[in-house]
Amino acid sequence: MVETKEAWGSRVGLILAIAGNAVGLGNFLRFPVQAVQNGGGAFIIPYLISFLIMGIPLLWVEWGIGRFGGTLGHHLTPFIMDSMAKGRLWKYIGVFGIFANIAIASYYCYIESWTMSYVLHSVLGTFNGMSQQQVSQFFDNYLNVTLSTTGIPYEAITFFVFCLILNTWILSRGIQGGIEVAAKIAVPLLILFGLFLVFKAFTLQAGEQGAIYDGFVGMNFLWTPQFDSLANPKVWLAAAGQIFFTLSVGMGSIQCYASYLKGREDIALNSMSAGWMNEFVEVVLGSSIVIPIAIGYFGIDKVVELVGQGGFGLGFRALPFLFTQWGHLIGAIAGVAFFGLLFFAGITSSLAMGTPIMGFLQDEFKWKRKSSAIAFGLSILIMGLPTVLFFQKGVFDEYDYWGGTVSLVVFAMFEVILFSWVFGIEKGWEEIKKGADLKIPIIYKYLLKYVTPIILIIIFLSSLLRPAGDDWSKIGTAGWEFHNGSIIGKILHKGIGPNKDYFADKFYAENDGVVSDIKTGKLGYIEITRNPNSDIPIVNRYDIGDEDKIMVKKGEQVKTGQVLYEGNVINNVFFIDISRLLLLLLFLLISYLVWVAAKRMKNNLQTTS
Amino acid sequence: MNIGALIFMLTTEITITVLTVYFFVRVLRSPKHPTNSEIDE
Repeated sequence: MVETKEAWGSRVGLILAIAGNAVGLGNFLRFPVQAVQNGGGAFIIPYLISFLIMGIPLLWVEWGIGRFGGTLGHHLTPFIMDSMAKGRLWKYIGVFGIFANIAIASYYCYIESWTMSYVLHSVLGTFNGMSQQQVSQFFDNYLNVTLSTTGIPYEAITFFVFCLILNTWILSRGIQGGIEVAAKIAVPLLILFGLFLVFKAFTLQAGEQGAIYDGFVGMNFLWTPQFDSLANPKVWLAAAGQIFFTLSVGMGSIQCYASYLKGREDIALNSMSAGWMNEFVEVVLGSSIVIPIAIGYFGIDKVVELVGQGGFGLGFRALPFLFTQWGHLIGAIAGVAFFGLLFFAGITSSLAMGTPIMGFLQDEFKWKRKSSAIAFGLSILIMGLPTVLFFQKGVFDEYDYWGGTVSLVVFAMFEVILFSWVFGIEKGWEEIKKGADLKIPIIYKYLLKYVTPIILIIIFLSSLLRPAGDDWSKIGTAGWEFHNGSIIGKILHKGIGPNKDYFADKFYAENDGVVSDIKTGKLGYIEITRNPNSDIPIVNRYDIGDEDKIMVKKGEQVKTGQVLYEGNVINNVFFIDISRLLLLLLFLLISYLVWVAAKRMKNNLQTTS
Repeated sequence: MNIGALIFMLTTEITITVLTVYFFVRVLRSPKHPTNSEIDE
């Protein structure tokens, strides 16, 4: 058995670290959006049922796999899974448990860096006096690395690098001295900031500080049960998907954390405690901040429109403006609390993503802790820079889709099948019960064997074959059309629009709208506003070069497919395919390193025997 | 806020808060487990 020097210093530290890993930006930005889009209060019923029958069993499986591997001296899913079953295939399925962490951290650390920057801007009062449109434009300008609206050169890159240095430094201090200390500071602060914002949301009154509705109007909207939505399979799929992503399962980081447990330490109660802590942050805090405050100022219709743009639209385009309505001091405090909360939620997750990579280098290649942490930071810099530089070209979304969505579902599906069917439910059940400080109901043995794998297979198949308009009634018929967001739809570049070639001499409008702005010369662009009559405009900005010939005029109505400009065009589809290739190469590189490490391990065993 | 939404919200949030506190307190009160080396000894 290989002995490891790293271990958790305290049980509370471990639970806070795992809860911090699960609590992420999605708790505050994704959950409320999902709830609004899927029946308001009724969403919570399938959501909690999914937590009980899929979330908790999955947590036990991942903790169980991790602790089992740790007792054999393994901290990484390729080697843990290899030790649980015969056959080489499992080792390479386990590669997902390293791959996902690098792929996700590459774009996640970028979001984390936005929150750092927005904390600073909240303190500096950057948003004071700005209109809603200006705050929204600020976000667009921030993402455009060639622009600097704040005086900090290449601000997006500067904050991204600073964020990576901070992550690397904490990781280099190890499990006890780095991750555990960070979790013990970040999680309580996150809850404190959250409680402050919940208080502000609940006490928001119509007519005061520019609010048009009480905070309770938003709560009413979010919590009014619409029981008819329970009959809609889409709501159940969305609820199961939310539980899956909120718990950070299918990544390999929980297994890695659990592999550092000592001896016969409990996993049943630990995982319940961390899981419910995540639910508290998501349901109690997450539902009571963004939506009630936004509805208090914008009203329900506009918030529903904003929700259509996703959680980032609400969090980074709307809330900074709303906080300024509370006056300079309270607005600054609220900005620091909200973006600070998102930062703490983010960093506790990104630290968890660094642990498997460090473990891999330390265990298999005998690297020192500091060198492993620096290697993690550098690999995220290399993989993450494309998401920073080409954010608006779709690279960020590709990383999120393949690394942060598909890979997790595939990995979780296989690991549950491995645990319940290959390793065997009897052995698996004993592993979960070993040292348990909690009596686990026997029904979970059967849920683990039958229900959890089936739900995960359904989630995978529904992602693979998702129909256009989510209309499942045509399944198997000739009229079946794949959704743009389905796995097959993505592979086929469905919904890519009229600019389908990598390189072209014309650029076509991707949506109907109005040409709201044109700037020529260096850093030129054409802006198309898709909903010109709305208070919350959806704007597409297309960068143009010095020599490009503009074919539209400001104020002109344009139709999808109409030529906007002529010149040397490199379309988004080129960047999308390059990012897919990068991710594929990353997976292959990790697989190769796993193969090398496994070969070394085998040779060492032969030498010692 | 209508009564149905209020009851639904309070029931859910109180249940989740109580369970979160309950499990966390149980963790704090649970006895320390022996480590591998202690078992070996």
